[in-house]
Amino acid sequence: MSITIYVPCDSSAISLGADRVAIAIAKEAEKRNITIQLIRNSSRGMFWLEPLVEVATAEGRVAYGPVQVGDVTSLFDADFVQGGAHPLFLGLTEELDYLKKQQRLTFARCGITDPVNLDDYIAHEGYRGLSNALKMSQADIVKAVTDSGLRGRGGAAFPTGIKWNTVLGTPSEQKYIICNADEGDSGTFSDRMTMEGDPFVLIEGMTIAGIAVGANQGYIYLRVEYPHAHKALNTAIEKAYQAGYLGDNIQGSGKTFNLEVRLGAGAYICGEETSLMESLEGKRGLVRFKPPLPAISGLFGKPTVVNNVISLASVPIILDKGGDYYRDFGMGRSRGTLPLQLAGNIKHAGLVELAFGMTLRELLYDFGGGTASGRPIKAVQVGGPLGAYLPESQFDTPLDYEAFAANWTVLGHGGVVVFDDTANMAEMARYNMEFCAIESCGKCTPCRIGSTRGYEVLDDIIAGRELSKNVPLLRDLCNTLLNGSLCALGGMTPYPVLSALNNFPEDFGIDEKAGAA
Amino acid sequence: MSINKQQDFGTPASAATQLVTLEIDGFKVTAPVGTSIMRAAASIGIDIPKLCATDSIEPFGSCRLCVVQIEGGRGMPASCTTPVAEGLKVVTQNKSLADVRRGVMELYISDHPLDCLTCSANGDCELQDMAGAVGLREVRYNPIETHLDAVKDESNPYFSFDPSKCIVCSRCVRACEETQGTFALTIDGRGFDSKVSPSQNEAFMDSECVSCGACVQACPTATLMEKSVIDHGQPEHAIITTCAYCGVGCSFRAEMKGEQVIRMVPNKDGQANHGHSCVKGRFAFGYATHKDRMTKPMIRASIKDAWQEVSWEVAINHAASELKRIQAKYGKDAIGGITSSRCTNEEVYIMQKLIRAGFGNNNVDTCARVCHSPTGYGLKQTFGESSGTQDFDSVMKADVIMVIGANPTDGHPVFGSQMKKRLRQGAKLIVIDPREIDLVRNSPHVQANHHLKLRPGTNVALINAIGHVIITEKLMDEAFVKERCDIASFAKWETFIAQEHNSPEATESVTGVPATELRAAARLYATGNNGAIYYGLGVTEHSQGSTMVIGIANIAMATGNLGRDGVGVNPLRGQNNVQGSCDMGSFPHEFPGYRHVSDPATHKLFEAAWQAELSDEPGLRIPNMFDAAMDKNFMGLYCEGEDIAQSDPDIQHVHAALRSMECVIVQDIFLNETAKFAHVFLPGSSFLEKSGTFTNAERRISPVRKVMTPLAGYQDWEVTQLLSNAMGYPMNYSHPSEIMDEIASLTPTFAGVSYDKIDELGSIQWPCYDEDSVGTPIMHEDSFMRDNGKGLFMLTEYVPTIERSSRKFPLLLTTGRILSQYNVGAQTRRTENNAWHAEDRLEIHPHDAEDRGVKMDDWVGIKSRAGETVLRATITERVQPGVVYTTFHFPESGANVITTDNSDWATNCPEYKVTAVQISKVNQPSEWQEKYRAFSETQLDLLEQGTSNS
Repeated sequence: MSITIYVPCDSSAISLGADRVAIAIAKEAEKRNITIQLIRNSSRGMFWLEPLVEVATAEGRVAYGPVQVGDVTSLFDADFVQGGAHPLFLGLTEELDYLKKQQRLTFARCGITDPVNLDDYIAHEGYRGLSNALKMSQADIVKAVTDSGLRGRGGAAFPTGIKWNTVLGTPSEQKYIICNADEGDSGTFSDRMTMEGDPFVLIEGMTIAGIAVGANQGYIYLRVEYPHAHKALNTAIEKAYQAGYLGDNIQGSGKTFNLEVRLGAGAYICGEETSLMESLEGKRGLVRFKPPLPAISGLFGKPTVVNNVISLASVPIILDKGGDYYRDFGMGRSRGTLPLQLAGNIKHAGLVELAFGMTLRELLYDFGGGTASGRPIKAVQVGGPLGAYLPESQFDTPLDYEAFAANWTVLGHGGVVVFDDTANMAEMARYNMEFCAIESCGKCTPCRIGSTRGYEVLDDIIAGRELSKNVPLLRDLCNTLLNGSLCALGGMTPYPVLSALNNFPEDFGIDEKAGAA
Repeated sequence: MSINKQQDFGTPASAATQLVTLEIDGFKVTAPVGTSIMRAAASIGIDIPKLCATDSIEPFGSCRLCVVQIEGGRGMPASCTTPVAEGLKVVTQNKSLADVRRGVMELYISDHPLDCLTCSANGDCELQDMAGAVGLREVRYNPIETHLDAVKDESNPYFSFDPSKCIVCSRCVRACEETQGTFALTIDGRGFDSKVSPSQNEAFMDSECVSCGACVQACPTATLMEKSVIDHGQPEHAIITTCAYCGVGCSFRAEMKGEQVIRMVPNKDGQANHGHSCVKGRFAFGYATHKDRMTKPMIRASIKDAWQEVSWEVAINHAASELKRIQAKYGKDAIGGITSSRCTNEEVYIMQKLIRAGFGNNNVDTCARVCHSPTGYGLKQTFGESSGTQDFDSVMKADVIMVIGANPTDGHPVFGSQMKKRLRQGAKLIVIDPREIDLVRNSPHVQANHHLKLRPGTNVALINAIGHVIITEKLMDEAFVKERCDIASFAKWETFIAQEHNSPEATESVTGVPATELRAAARLYATGNNGAIYYGLGVTEHSQGSTMVIGIANIAMATGNLGRDGVGVNPLRGQNNVQGSCDMGSFPHEFPGYRHVSDPATHKLFEAAWQAELSDEPGLRIPNMFDAAMDKNFMGLYCEGEDIAQSDPDIQHVHAALRSMECVIVQDIFLNETAKFAHVFLPGSSFLEKSGTFTNAERRISPVRKVMTPLAGYQDWEVTQLLSNAMGYPMNYSHPSEIMDEIASLTPTFAGVSYDKIDELGSIQWPCYDEDSVGTPIMHEDSFMRDNGKGLFMLTEYVPTIERSSRKFPLLLTTGRILSQYNVGAQTRRTENNAWHAEDRLEIHPHDAEDRGVKMDDWVGIKSRAGETVLRATITERVQPGVVYTTFHFPESGANVITTDNSDWATNCPEYKVTAVQISKVNQPSEWQEKYRAFSETQLDLLEQGTSNS
């Protein structure tokens, strides 16, 4: 049996030395006259083990990690190419607890296949969803997505099927599918991992969306900070065109879907769907008011589906295995799985795809293993920079959109950033206001002026100036932002700010009673 | 009288017809689908606080003051961006809403100077009003980051930009885009750093700004403010009147302080301009009180004598006795008058009445002779009426717009903006012009689909080729032609136009327009649904001007592009009252309403009404007057509001004619060029000092209202009346409305027009046949105005002008206007508009410049067979090789020294647009310019001597 070695090409692995490890392995094999097939798979999502080198054995793929260049000689010495024992040996990859306990639906192939190898994709159940979709009516495709219970994974959790149905029902000669790949939330990386690790699943999902609603053009709006994803997507798109999975007459169906990647210019606000469309049209990234909904008047005024990467990447498996299959995962109105991204001060940072329903505490400790610093977890910000900080008392909240909403917290895009007890939450609140100030598009008054006033007031509070005036002022400002802002940037910045103030009043120099003021 | 601000509904009206009913604060309101909740509320008197919304531009949703709550809905949607829907229950006031509004206001004021009492917008500031409305009582922030130190931009002569007062509502940016279509303003930076930026952070004067003032009008604060308001404070009353510049005829509110105009604000209800204006109408009114204004009547025996200020009585009696003396000496026909397209309808009417009834001849002509007389002729012949067929708003329904020999963004800027709006919505554009006007590709988001860059003087060959394509490719509207047109005439035209010599391939060598391009343009016009033609003096001011107008009419009829919204043949009139002065009988052969002086019924009607014996012989046209003067047959002239000594072609001939007359009476607000040849000067009144009406390019009769006392004591119509009485023909009008009543009683197309009705409707488009009629926006809807109701096709054989390039004069000069200056410049040169255009320039193609060693800004001599002048050169590819171009706004430029005496075969309209010239590099003014300067200086000395004596 030939020797197959996997070294990830995911950018987190690369940043930890995966490219240099891959070169070292190739050189060492050549030196030792060992013929190997070196596959640049993507990451399994266990970043503390990256670079995670895998070797195919008769029993399955075994893992070594984290591997540094200096380990390569000893790995060869230990005959790792045959699965030999070594201090970095981790056993069968699939049996690792972190992976084994996940429900990988959207990330089923991630880390397993060569991301830009179409045959590999097809060999791993790829394009079965599209194949089914091509035999279905548009309404039935939309129904399958509706039945699956899939909700927008970008953060807003709007039912994907309903959005598609609106676009399907809006007559227009031209419609568009936009993939929002401007993944700007701090501590999130599931979109990036999908695009780098399994770009075909996104392409397939968008193609299905296009066929479902009658759109023949798709755009992936990709943040410029993702060069590896850009390359992977373009390579995969080219291959999909060559193989007749994109373009005219897809797989002989007579259907057309064209797809291209457009790069953003670095603005967080362009992850907001209406600014994204403005940017895609070549204008300043300024938030549009709604209505009209993009589904009715979106890109260039045409009916447009705007979905997040994960939403679209979840579509192929729904069309492959049926809406019910996907729906069977999850709890309440949160169906299917959510790829959670553990980051910040956490021991086992990485991607955890789970059916909705597990508690935050299980995620933090059973998967995350507690803080990296070893100190107690003080707070967890879930849902990106616009998500609330959860104190320990809320860790038993199940990962479920409604359960989070009931706590005035959000699941958002599934980013989980952990802070230990050295964090000062007033400083964090100031950071959140500053983030809003830096990223504000400047259109609406609350966000444009309020975010700057917000960090100025917090500076006063942190300095202990006029707390009796400034704390109520901060609350009033948050009320104005919350109710008055045009989009979620201004509208949700009060989530982290107020949750910090309410849960950690002592960090604001006030006792708990005053904190309720 | 009060300032009576116009109500701002916050968002534009919806054009939908379907109505929905909703409840706002418990009150039922019905509104068209697409109306904003804000507008629906305003319609029943519920004012929702707002700052970024104003009803001249689309909603934006940024200030967040206008939030409301909707029963069963989430959050607080903005009422400006949320449309009405059946059964909605909206709450506009409660504590939660008040808290958010106050919170927003507190943020605004945390970055705003607290200098309300000394602020120029005090009393007219929406920010101030809103702070009051939401009950802001304190600002609790201790702001560190602010814009309070932002530096003022005072570069624009008319308005100042103070960014420290800016609330970044983007109303200025949006007005620049949506209303004006210039896109000169943008928001630079992001978030708190957002700021209004002219072009790329330039000063207003260095930016692409055209100073239309839409931004100033849209600004809710003192950020963009008229300098006149800064200097004088808020106006206290407003009077609606009509602009006296171009033929768009914008309606304005003259905002006054006593008798002083503080600012001109375009009237939102103005049916021609819908609240928009250009730099001239809005800002360039200072000439009315310029120190050069003449306010005393003057006489002198010869033009070598000093002027002598006299009383009105002396001046009028002297003028009358001179005219009578000349008639006694040289005959009844030896005197006449020239009226102007700048005068009101009523002034023109009594002027021609004075001449026909008082002078006893028909020697009356108007400056339309030198601009749109071919329009009058061509459209009367083919359609039966001497006027454009549409209203301006019709352009919003056009699918293909063909602009021929016109430059709307400079010459008719407010209509140009409306046209650009339609083009941005997707209408197609064909430009036929020797020069690349801004619409071709220099207007943001507008680009011509075809620019047929023809050689000057070859219009008719080109329009014939378009007709040829329509006929031979069978693109005509047969049903329209069959039903609506004179079939015999069509058959003749069809045979003529299909001849090979009219094909694009055959005309290509004449016009220089590639046949394929022309065919594509013709197909687009004929088959692109509603095709609308707009044309200007590039059509009329040719030896075949009338032929070209007819050619245009032919293709419009052949394609059925007449008689409905979105189509038509539309002459863009150069001056404010070209249409009206023609309507009023200012041509020597026509009574008011375009009825020939020899028509027995009409002749009888006027003789009876005017109680005078009238000649049935057409009188002298302007050029004939000059020729007759040289022959000593025409020795006395009464010229009102027109500067023939600058604006007429072959000016040296004009000057010679004026010198040979014995009595030249000039009635004007300035000592214009013609007045330098005059013996009697009667000081006129500007449009601000008199009442009357102007009729714009779309036949819209709009009111001109006196807002200040005439500086010289009389309105112009009163002066003409005085002269008439002194001549022995009595006139006793006490108000111009009486003149209009007489016009209505004698002219069927004006029969239903009265001042009362104009006051009621705002304006009236003639024809207006009876009391119940509200006018006619679109003409020829069911039948043409010709006697048999059928449109007439006429043959349009191309005859090349004799003015063509030669070895001696190898280049063709053509002329045009620029935005900031107006015609001979008498008004605009006496305003700050010179900041944009302080001299006329010669545009020359780089190839032609290089051949002659001419560099940018060099002085060049321009020599034609008529004369020579000197201008500075601008080297540009806007003109094609072989063609040069200039404007004619400054008398010392002497553009008309070089134009020739060629003219239209039918109407004598001068061939201004084609003069063969040679260009050479020079280093001194031309001989004519030297002489002109000396003469001009002498005349000003003679004025000085006369006025300082008194």
